[in-house]
Amino acid sequence: MKSGHRSYVILLVVAAFFLQSCSDEPVVPNTRGVYMLMDTSGTYTKELRQAQKVINYILSQLESGDSFAVARVDTGSFSEKDIVAKVTFQDRPSAANQQKRMFRDKIDKFVKTVKGSAYTDITGGILQGVEFLNEAGTGHNTILIFSDLKEELRKGYKRDIPLQVDKFSVVALNVTKLRSDNIDPREYLDRLEKWRSKVESGGGEWRVINDMARLEKILHKK
Amino acid sequence: MALSDVFMIVSGSPAISGAIWFVVLTIVFYIARNHAHKGILSLSDAIHNAFRLSARSVKLLRDILVIRNRDVLLAQGREATERIIEREFERIDATVRKDLSEYPALHRHLNEEVTAIDESFKESTDVPPSPPAWVKAVEAVAKIPAAKGDPTVGNILEDIHQSLVKSSTRALEEYRKASSKRHSLLQKMMPHWRNVLKALQEVDKSVNSLLSRSVTIDRLMHDYEDILKGTDKAQRMLSSSSMTQFFIAGFVLAIAVGGAFINFNLIARPMSEMVGGSDMLMGFKTSSIAALVIILVEISLGLFLMESLRITRLFPVIGALNDKMRIKMVWITFIFLFALASVEAGLAYMREILMQDSQATLALLSETGGVTVEENSALWITTAAQMGLGFVLPFALTFVAIPLESFIHSMRTVLGTATVALLRVLEWFLRLMGNLMRSFGKVFVHTYDFLIFLPLSIEKLIKHKEGGDNTTDSSGAKIGGAL
Repeated sequence: MKSGHRSYVILLVVAAFFLQSCSDEPVVPNTRGVYMLMDTSGTYTKELRQAQKVINYILSQLESGDSFAVARVDTGSFSEKDIVAKVTFQDRPSAANQQKRMFRDKIDKFVKTVKGSAYTDITGGILQGVEFLNEAGTGHNTILIFSDLKEELRKGYKRDIPLQVDKFSVVALNVTKLRSDNIDPREYLDRLEKWRSKVESGGGEWRVINDMARLEKILHKK
Repeated sequence: MALSDVFMIVSGSPAISGAIWFVVLTIVFYIARNHAHKGILSLSDAIHNAFRLSARSVKLLRDILVIRNRDVLLAQGREATERIIEREFERIDATVRKDLSEYPALHRHLNEEVTAIDESFKESTDVPPSPPAWVKAVEAVAKIPAAKGDPTVGNILEDIHQSLVKSSTRALEEYRKASSKRHSLLQKMMPHWRNVLKALQEVDKSVNSLLSRSVTIDRLMHDYEDILKGTDKAQRMLSSSSMTQFFIAGFVLAIAVGGAFINFNLIARPMSEMVGGSDMLMGFKTSSIAALVIILVEISLGLFLMESLRITRLFPVIGALNDKMRIKMVWITFIFLFALASVEAGLAYMREILMQDSQATLALLSETGGVTVEENSALWITTAAQMGLGFVLPFALTFVAIPLESFIHSMRTVLGTATVALLRVLEWFLRLMGNLMRSFGKVFVHTYDFLIFLPLSIEKLIKHKEGGDNTTDSSGAKIGGAL
């Protein structure tokens, strides 16, 4: 190749690189953020063992640079105090493994000592999750709701706020049927529909996974 | 105004409108027939000529490329043959130097051996002591009959006889000793003879080696002359050789790529411990890019090493360095390569540790949480194998330089040949298109006439009536002439 031609090729490559960097489309980091809400209200507390398995599965799937937080859903969930454990995995895989072990220990301790709450503020938990993940700056965000999705708010708590979950994936896990649902299944279906419309109107993606054997669908693949 | 409005001359009756249009167009086409024919034929000729010219240009380009390919092929062949001949001469030079340097020693050795043999031979030729002449006297005395009744004479004779027998026995013993000495001298000559034979055999071997090399050089020189003359035979031979080289080198390079891939997998994971596991660069993990860069650096060092050793000739600058600098470069590249190979072995070990750590974490997080997995006692074999591979592969990749050089050199010829074939196909296609366009022109002329067959038939009928049987169809002749 003549030197003139070679310089043209180099110029083209540089120009292509420059144009790519000038693109209007923001660069999405290839990291994942997961915020998991655990319902600790009355009857649902006994499901926490299942939640622990989900947490362990998520821990095994996350890698360096990813963020993960687990928060409880109680009377007022829009609070940092409800975050049971949070972590952003370090760049070094060995350090990330160490963090995973510590995270697991924290969750184990929590599950053993948790006490049931009287109310269930799921919306507040989602708002807190959105805030946490936005601050973490992760590329692909997922909010997991491990609950029966029956929201019970304490008197005076305002939660009729539209959710801002644009490009978030909201996944309801293990949505158990209540006794009343068995009497009238429409209650269950209405509950799911209400949450679906709430999430989708906020720009998010809504999914329901009740089969705990299909956890591989939870997270965005890298 | 829509097209349908223009078409509908008689409103509400498309059939009558169509018929009117048909008649009008037929008349127009009939009137414009000659001009239309010329136009169609001119257009088809123009397109035909354009294709023909293009085909000619492609042919010229192909001819240039064929000449260029031939020049490249012959130049490469000449260079390769020169290298081989040069190498053969170097070997002859080495053989001659070695043998000639040993020649004075050999000559001295042979001289010494010959002198030793000569001396031994001279010594062995000494005349053995002849048996005493008085043996006959002894026999004669022994035969004298003893005087009767004279014991004195008998005793004297007996004494003389005994003395003579003693002397005779002594002389015989001396003779035997002298013979034995001669035999031992002759026996001593044997190793000298063997030495001489051995030395001569070595000389024979060297001479034969030189003779066989000279035969090879003769053959190579013959090929070289063919290449210089640019004969078809040389061209065919080089072309075939180039193709073979291309495929063999390509195959070996594919194997090397496999080796590089294994190497990459060995170090990509532990590299994330060094450069981080989450950073991305142009859509790829930085750790993967770092691992790839290390492998590419190793391959580059391998290329420089091979170049410095003058095994390959990809970089003329390195080849032109003086020997001292070249040797320095050999050592520098080797040390770097050795360091990188050691780093890779370390990373391979680190990989195993990380794998174990990950497995332990996964086991902890799995359903069996906390159950410790029993450690395999033979695990060290895997670790050692990984470390060995990590150390050896960089050196193995060094040899990629040889097939790479062959691949690059042969690719020039192969690409040239492929381009010539492509241009040949293009030329054929352009010619085909040109001829098709010309034929299409004729087909269009006939189609045109078919559309106005009615006025043409009337014209033919009128002319037939006017001119009788001798009248020829002028329009047909025109068309025929035009075609």
